[in-house]
Amino acid sequence: MPRYIVSRLLGAAVMVLLATLVIFLIANMVPGDPVLTQLGDIAANNPVMVAAYRHRWGLDLPLWDRYWIFLTGLLHGDLGVSISSQRPVLQDIAQYAPATVELSSVAFLLSLLVGLPLGILAAMRRDSWVDHLARSISLVGVSAPTFWLAFIMLAVFYGWLGWAPGPGQISADQFPPPTVTGFMLIDAPLAGQWDTFWDAVHHLVLPAIVLAAATLGLITRTTRAAMLEALSQDYIRVARAKGLLRRAIMLGHALPNAMLPVVTLGGLAYAQLLTGTVLTETIFSWPGLGRYTFQSAVTLDFPAIMGITTVVAVVYVIINLLVDISYALLDPRVMRR
Amino acid sequence: MQDGADARAPILEVANLRTWFFTDAGVVRAVDGISFRLHPGETLGIVGESGSGKSVAAKSIIRLLDEPARIVEGSVRFRGRELTTLPESEIRTVRGAGIAMIFQDPMTSLNPVLRIARQLIEAMTAHGTFTAAAARVRAATLLGRMGIAAPDSALNSFPHQFSGGMRQRVMLAMGFANEPAVIIADEPTTALDVTIQAQILDLLRALNADLGTAVILISHDLGVIANLCTRVLVMYAGEVVEEGAPEDLLSDPRHPYTWALLHAAPRMDQAVEGDRRLTTIEGQPPDPRAWPDGCRFRARCPFAIEQCARHPELLAVGAGRAGCLRGHRPGGHRAREEHGARRPRYRRRRARPA
Amino acid sequence: MSGVELALQTAEAHASAAGQRRRWLRRYGLAAAGAVVILAWALAAGFAPWVTPYPPDEVNVAGRLAAPSAAHWLGTDELGRDVLTRVIFGARTSLAVGFVVVLVGGVFGTLLGAVAAYARGWAEEALMRATDLMFCFPPIILAMAIAAALGIGARNTVIAMLVVWWPKFARLARSLVISQRSQDYVAAARAVGFGPVHILLREIIPNAVGPLIVLVTLDLGNAILVFAGLSFLGLGVVPPTPEWGSMVSEGRELVSQWWVATFPGLAILTVVMGFNFVGDGLRDWLDPHARRR
Repeated sequence: MPRYIVSRLLGAAVMVLLATLVIFLIANMVPGDPVLTQLGDIAANNPVMVAAYRHRWGLDLPLWDRYWIFLTGLLHGDLGVSISSQRPVLQDIAQYAPATVELSSVAFLLSLLVGLPLGILAAMRRDSWVDHLARSISLVGVSAPTFWLAFIMLAVFYGWLGWAPGPGQISADQFPPPTVTGFMLIDAPLAGQWDTFWDAVHHLVLPAIVLAAATLGLITRTTRAAMLEALSQDYIRVARAKGLLRRAIMLGHALPNAMLPVVTLGGLAYAQLLTGTVLTETIFSWPGLGRYTFQSAVTLDFPAIMGITTVVAVVYVIINLLVDISYALLDPRVMRR
Repeated sequence: MQDGADARAPILEVANLRTWFFTDAGVVRAVDGISFRLHPGETLGIVGESGSGKSVAAKSIIRLLDEPARIVEGSVRFRGRELTTLPESEIRTVRGAGIAMIFQDPMTSLNPVLRIARQLIEAMTAHGTFTAAAARVRAATLLGRMGIAAPDSALNSFPHQFSGGMRQRVMLAMGFANEPAVIIADEPTTALDVTIQAQILDLLRALNADLGTAVILISHDLGVIANLCTRVLVMYAGEVVEEGAPEDLLSDPRHPYTWALLHAAPRMDQAVEGDRRLTTIEGQPPDPRAWPDGCRFRARCPFAIEQCARHPELLAVGAGRAGCLRGHRPGGHRAREEHGARRPRYRRRRARPA
Repeated sequence: MSGVELALQTAEAHASAAGQRRRWLRRYGLAAAGAVVILAWALAAGFAPWVTPYPPDEVNVAGRLAAPSAAHWLGTDELGRDVLTRVIFGARTSLAVGFVVVLVGGVFGTLLGAVAAYARGWAEEALMRATDLMFCFPPIILAMAIAAALGIGARNTVIAMLVVWWPKFARLARSLVISQRSQDYVAAARAVGFGPVHILLREIIPNAVGPLIVLVTLDLGNAILVFAGLSFLGLGVVPPTPEWGSMVSEGRELVSQWWVATFPGLAILTVVMGFNFVGDGLRDWLDPHARRR
């Protein structure tokens, strides 16, 4: 078991390295020029300023030198300095990451809480109205464009009904609590600011629902399919012949088997949630990594792009690793010989 | 072999059972009117080829079949109680407790993610006859009785850690856990090696003798059945075509299908001269969606005569029954020169006097 | 009436023409509906100039942000352009992009995956590592980075999407070829003397084509969603080309003039749902397990 983990870790590290190389090459081999976007027209026409700017940001060094600088910095935990914000990229990421993690995690929990029971129920009562409802919901969730869903939600629940607060993580009249973890839902209670806490919760609802929609669809379908697959196996027939209650068969026999593919998918879905918040954050003005990614991409802020991609790749790889390990732990056939 | 206790009231009575499958491709009349009785402690064998309906019949007894299968007619009485009309909640109490069933493929019959202990114990606690603690103790005893060494560590194991033979022993333990009155074994040895086969059959025999559990053994292998059972049903095309004690069937089969089954098996005690080919039954079983009128074996029967165009009844013959016109007399179908019978359409070994 | 007769009657009704029609509807009804939707959109897109009441670029500032009415069924946008017209013209872009990305990326990925899987050895390993690598990047972020670097415009965005799209087809093709390559018919073909190209193209791929087609169908919807998302962020088409994603973006602040953003998004929803229905139906049709005996 330890050997398995170590070999996977090594493979993962290599993967991350290659990923940074790929992004570095992409970012540098393409025609766009960050200088122009950052300096503005007048300064960009002044060759002295341009040269100074290039020198300042190391853009006049050869390709491999720049990559080497980046790599060595990486090993020291330094992801470079953002051209737009003038701050270390790591600091930028550290500031924006918690909001994204908070949003994604809540969305993930939501999709699990609704999707799992729905999928199980749909499988238990196949072809009933519950099944059809579950399949319709998951289909709409998977087919609806996130940005459109966000707009509809805002328009209906904020603009029209006034039930939900507007965009942003907290209202303008609230003071953000002192940063302990970076998570609004944890820091606010820690500081005793309970109205801020509830305000944050209210602000979380709509974006979390929007984010959760697609994942909900995926989880419902996968759970349903996995349950149906498990229910078609021989051991279910044996369980019936033993005279077990139907519920015991569904939940005690079929479900543990169905959970294996669901866990795998769930892990990947979480990874996708963490890294796929761009659209939702943009619409809800959420101060998270998604919005930061978009802004960096548009302004061609290379260090920021590189830094974000590295972090994203690391997150993906780690989560994949965790999923593999948990699968090995859950499926007795894998580890015990 | 044990003496059949025919004088006592039958514990299981199946009368004119018909189980049909209503599929998109037509109605499959898998079981088309079978009747038999099972007495307490008896060992009954059901033999037939694939598609004869023997498995479906067995599953129909405890209503394990779902849509598109339906019991369209007939009755199944267990201890005098009609099973075909019971609601699901009540037949559940019969399954595993009064009538238990074990299946063919031990490799897929156990849930791979649950420990053996859990699967064995739940068979006992599901019917409220044992507490969890008592069940746990009994589980170890059961495993030991089925010939599994180190029962306690076996209980904590997962199915994939066992061989096929061991898994089938676990299945037997699950089947006998509640000391059912009847156990139905659907091809329990087909997926196993020959040596393990013998062990499992011995186990079944011992359990039948010790616990008095009636056994219905289903197989396509007449040898396996003859080994264990005191009475045999031969099924073909959804019907019972012959019934009798194994020794009677072996020495004087009354239905041509039984006769062909016997001769299709290579026998070590018969020398073969000249023509060394095995006898085979030519042709295929008829389409279960459209059983032919008249005798269903007719198209493949070397002894068919014109009267076989009418469906023969299952009549008492000696100590058993036979569903063949010509089988109603001893050696009836062997006298093929009578009644203008057709020439057999397969090569026979040169017959030697028995 | 005896049980047998009752059962026979039921069986007859079951097998009757009406019964069979009903059953087909229940199983493939949704897929058929999806196909109809897609066909409708394709026709509308193809015959857009003839089907739409106004030209898509006709600016009419006086009549801007008009609610849906008899004159403008879906209302007008900020520049007074007819929303219905723009939605129908937008179908052209979305459908075209979807097909190009999925078909080109799909064919390329499939060939790559199939060849690598058949060749085995280092080629297959290299392919696995490459696709693993591509999977490290969330599609939107990678597509964003490439599109941003290459410049705005539909063409560059499509290129960016192509880079991201081929790996999943390569993976699927690889696993399908793996399951086929040790089959007897492949050995037989080799024994007869057929070369690898022939075997791959004429023997293996036809056997594996089912799941690939299902993936293509489902992915068409996905591609349309991603492209619309990128357009929403400003990375896709250049204005004033009508495109559903950018239209939603234009209307995202206009909560009271909800029609500007709602209808394009609804269009996306219906098209993607259509593809999903068809894909699901195809999958059920091809999968022997799913059939009820």
